[in-house]
Order: sequence, then C-alpha cells, then structure tokens
Amino acid sequence: MAQLTMVEAIQQAQAHEMARDPDVVVMGEDVGVNGGVFRATSGLQQQFGPQRVLDTPLAEGLIAGAAIGMAAQGLKPVAEIQFMGFIYPAFDQVASHMARLRNRTRGRLTCPVVMRMPHGGGIHAPEHHSESLEALLCHHPGLRVLCPSSPARAYGLLLAAIRSPDPVMFLEPVRLYRNSKQEVADDGVALPLESCFRLRAGSDVTIVCWGAITVEVQKAAELLAAEKISCEVLDLGSLAPIDYETIFDSVVRTGRLVVVHEAPRNGGLGAEIAANVSEHALYDLVAPIRRVAGYDTIMPLYRLENAWLPGVERIADAVRATMNE
Amino acid sequence: MTRDAPDAQGTIPYIQLLDAAGRVAAPLPGFATDPDQLLALYRAMTLARVFDTKAVNLQRTGRLGTYPACLGHEATHVGVGAAMRADDTLFPVYREIGTLFWRGVTPRDVLLYWGGDERGSDFTSSRHDFPFCVPIGSQLPHAAGAALAFQLRGEARCAVAFIGDGGTSQGAFYEALNFAGARSLPLVTIVVNNGWAISVPVSAQTRAETLAHKAFAAGMPGVQVDGNDVLAVRHVVEGALARARAGAGPTLIEALTYRLSDHTTADDAGRYRQSSEVEAARAKEPMIRTRRYLESVGAWDEQREQALRAECAAQVEAAVASYMATPKMGTDAMFEHLYAELPRGLGRQRDEARRYPGKH
Repeated sequence: MAQLTMVEAIQQAQAHEMARDPDVVVMGEDVGVNGGVFRATSGLQQQFGPQRVLDTPLAEGLIAGAAIGMAAQGLKPVAEIQFMGFIYPAFDQVASHMARLRNRTRGRLTCPVVMRMPHGGGIHAPEHHSESLEALLCHHPGLRVLCPSSPARAYGLLLAAIRSPDPVMFLEPVRLYRNSKQEVADDGVALPLESCFRLRAGSDVTIVCWGAITVEVQKAAELLAAEKISCEVLDLGSLAPIDYETIFDSVVRTGRLVVVHEAPRNGGLGAEIAANVSEHALYDLVAPIRRVAGYDTIMPLYRLENAWLPGVERIADAVRATMNE
Repeated sequence: MTRDAPDAQGTIPYIQLLDAAGRVAAPLPGFATDPDQLLALYRAMTLARVFDTKAVNLQRTGRLGTYPACLGHEATHVGVGAAMRADDTLFPVYREIGTLFWRGVTPRDVLLYWGGDERGSDFTSSRHDFPFCVPIGSQLPHAAGAALAFQLRGEARCAVAFIGDGGTSQGAFYEALNFAGARSLPLVTIVVNNGWAISVPVSAQTRAETLAHKAFAAGMPGVQVDGNDVLAVRHVVEGALARARAGAGPTLIEALTYRLSDHTTADDAGRYRQSSEVEAARAKEPMIRTRRYLESVGAWDEQREQALRAECAAQVEAAVASYMATPKMGTDAMFEHLYAELPRGLGRQRDEARRYPGKH
C-alpha cells in the first residue's frame, strides 16, 4: 500500500473511477495539463486524454450548468470548483437545477454530478479562498454533501460520490490536503454514504465535527484525556444526510454534546445538530449542548485566521465547561 | 497600429420566406412545396393555438394554475420542432408547447405541469428532453453540457435551446454561448424575441443592434429569421442543425415575433404597452399567413379549416378530461424522487406527511 496525502488520494480515486467507468469525465478550471491548482487532478489528462479531462472556461455557473446537461445525457461529470468561495456563481445551477432535476421530472432525468471543492481555511490563502459554506448546501433537499477527514476517507468517500446516482458536493479540507500521509489501498472499495466515523471512543462527552477541524478536536481530546475527561469524537463524513442514529446513540451514552465546526456559528450545521439532539435525546443530556464555531464575522485575512478558526484550547475549554455544568 | 473602420462582421442575415400576407418572399426549400409537410406544420400550429386558448380559459375558470400563453409564437415553436430530429435534445423555456407537442409531449402532460403536478414533466414521449425551465436563462448551460456530451461521444445529435429576449441579459446565456463557441459544440440557440420581458421592452435590455449580434463575441454565426413564418423558421433551424451535425459548431438564431398575450395569466399587459402596438403586431401573426399560403397553392379551404379546428378541439378536450380526472399524487410523491433511494432520516418525515395529507 502506498502512503498518500489527501490530495493524492483524491487524485487516485478519480483515476480509479475513470479507468473503471468510461462515462466519468473530469472538468473544471486548470484541471487539465496543470492538474488543478492543488494538483488533485494531476496526470489525469495525460492518462485519459483531453476528451475526458476538460479545461473549462473560467465560469463556475457554466461548470455546474454544463455538468447538469452532461449528467442528464448519461455522463458522470466530476467537476472541480477551484475554491469553495467561488461557488456562489454556481449556486443557482446547484440549487435550482442540480438538486431538483430528479424530483421535478419524477426520476425521468437524473443528475449524478460530483462537485469537488476545497473547503475551509488555515493555509494563509488570499481573500475568498478559505470559506466554509456547507450549511448553504446542506439546506437544499436533493443534494448529498460529503467532507472527508483523512486520505483514506477521502479516497473511499470520493469513490462513493462518483458512484452515487445523486448529485454530491464533495468538500475537501484544504488544511488536510498535504498535512499528513496515510496508507491508502487503491482497492476500489467505497465507503458508505450515510455513516459517521468514530475517530475516538469515549464515555464522558460526545464531540461532533467534520473536515479539517477533526485534527484540532482530536488534539483537544488527547489533552483532556490527561485530565481524566473521556471524549468520544464523531466525524460526520456525510453532512447531508446526517447519520443521526450514531450521534443519538453516542449522546445517550455520554450525556453531553459539543459540536465543533469551522463555519460561522449563526445558522451553521451545529445548530441543526443541536436541535435534533434536543428533540431526540434531551432527557439523556446532563449538560447544555455547546457549539464551538467560527465567529459570526467575515473570515479575516490570513494574519488573523488562526484567531478566527476554533483552536485546540477553545475546543478544550468548551468541553471542560460542559463537564463542569 | 490603428484600425479605422469596424470589422465587416456587423451584418446579420434576415430570412423570411412568406410575408405577412402569405405571399412567397424568397425561393422556397423543398419541404415547403410538399403539401403533406405544409399541412403538418399548419396542423401543429393550430393545435398549439387551440390548446393555448383552452388553457387560458381553464385558468380563468379556476381549473389551471398560472399559465404563460404562447399566442403569436406558434410558427417559431412549431418550426423549431419540425427542424429537429427525434434524438436531438430540446431545452425549452416554458412557453414552447408547439415544439413539445411536435416531439410527442402530450397536451395532458402540459396541463398537469401548469396544473401543479410534477408528473407533467415526466414526459410521455421525447423523454430525453429537458422540462420547462423557469429561472430565466439557466437552461442554456444545460444545453451546452448536453451538446458537449454528444460531441465527446461522437454522436450526430444536437442540443436545441430556447431563450427569450430578456434571457439574453443573463450571464448564463453568455457563459453557455462562449463555451459552445470555444469548443465548437453542436448547439443551436433560438432567441425568441417577442418584444417584451414581462413589462420591459427589448430596448431596455440592450443597445446591441440585434440580439443575433450577441453571437459574434462567442465566435459563432448569428442570424435573424421572421419568427411568424413557420417555413423560414424550419428552414433556418434545419440549416443550423445540419451545420452543427457536420461539426461546424453552434449558431444563434433570433426569431422575431411578438407576444400577443399577457406574459402569463397573472399579468396585465395593458399596464405597460399600447393596444395600437399589439394590433399592429396582430396583423403579422403567424396563422393567417400560413393559411393564406396554403389556400394559394390549393391545399386549403374553409371546410378543411373547420374540420381541423374541430379535430384539434376534440384532442384538447380529451386531454382536459384526462387531466381533470387525474387524482393528485399522495404525499409519498414528495419523497419518492428526491434521491435515488430515500435517506434513512427522511423516512420519518415521509411518515409524518402521510398523517397530514392536506385538504381537497
């Protein structure tokens, strides 16, 4: 097995599916000879040719819209949006058409598109390059939204996304693209689409998180273990739909919940998770649910980004406060 | 280096075969001398007109939701349908019933859609075509994507997209045309210039000399056609499709017509345009000239006209009866086609909806 970074695992998953399924077409800005600005499509055009790895014009709305037309005619487009902050021009296509085509034609036409996009901050990128907009996508019925937290999960979830008959938004945490390597078998085995991943078993408090911040959460859990606080860490993996059974089971055991995400707190996915846990497990809770999230401010330019992103100490303090309730 | 004069590319061809009185204005293509083909075109236009009148009446009497009439657009819609092959893919706006009917979509389908039922977009026929597209202009990128799929697979198929004059102000229109030009895609775009985007006239949309000029920046030919002349529309679209099928790339066709009706049944055009303008446009509408031409070649008379109208009315009445007799879907319908398989968590909402099926 090869040791791969997440970006290499993402490239490998696309290469695997392109070799397996001739209908898979990779498209986007700079995905061809350049291999993508993060190199997530590196070598694909050389391997599969310019007919299957297409550089599009610089127009995100067109990328999403053309992918809809291609998918409805039987292709399997895997489209890259260069940064999540640039998805806004594509939003009309995603929300008005991609998410709805199957439903509005009663299944006559379908839209099995994968939209890949770098997600989140922490790499000192320019303005508009560090956004976490998952709540906007998760709000739309008809979409699946995935966010991996390791190279192996990126590989397995991207395979599942490409094989899904539904449109999938695939959010790739930029901070994790190259921060570590992991053994990833190119075995073509997809991960399930609607399951949380338990990153750490624990008994005192459940921490729900996803994407890059799983790293800080696990560091906090390690820190707290030394203080005899046992954290169970759940990585959502699928942000829409969410595997609530696993979350409820965990919260019923631990009696405490902290949700951690990078995106701003107001209207964030943490609010939805907290509300669902309140509805289903309020009497099993022994402390109020807490959220640790980006502030409800514009994400600052990069000198302040680490003050904006929830860090290990903020997360640990929230857990300590929950334990002291 | 300086350049003194604009490029010579500024001329847009305009094609009209029948004038408003039904006189031959230019040499006719082969199909236009075949009575059977002429009658098929006229029959399709008549069906669209009869259906349209009936649909407005259904809305006025509370049996149909908001409906966008196609009055005056019959030649453009039917001409495009007649020019297409069955395996080409259509990307309509929401007014093109003449094209849809030609392709086998039924009057009942269209009534179901405007009657508030998704089954109307589960077309009876031509099931690869896209459904109506309400967000203006957003269908153009879909058409470009389909055209790309045909090109990548080496299929001799074309995408045909409709858009209105207002739609040409949308970014999606330019993005799709630009892409189609860049990749020489088999895409034919029909801009139906009917003068009005609800209450806004074309003069407020653009200072371009014609909407067909918008083709130039995308590197494709632009052409104007008399959109009230079904022969000209079919002829021009056939030419553009043959060109696209041969790999020579996309074409933008501006069909000049006029929206004789309100924008929809929810609109009152009397608020923003003069009746004199409408009356002037009515003199050039598409049905009369087609009929006059058919009469001039001895293929038509009042008796046949009455028979055709009765036949179309019977077809529409049967569709109305079938639509009215179609029970609404159960609440499970809201969940059945959201995903290929319903996510586990949505099962609870589906079950909840079953307990609250709503009134009537």
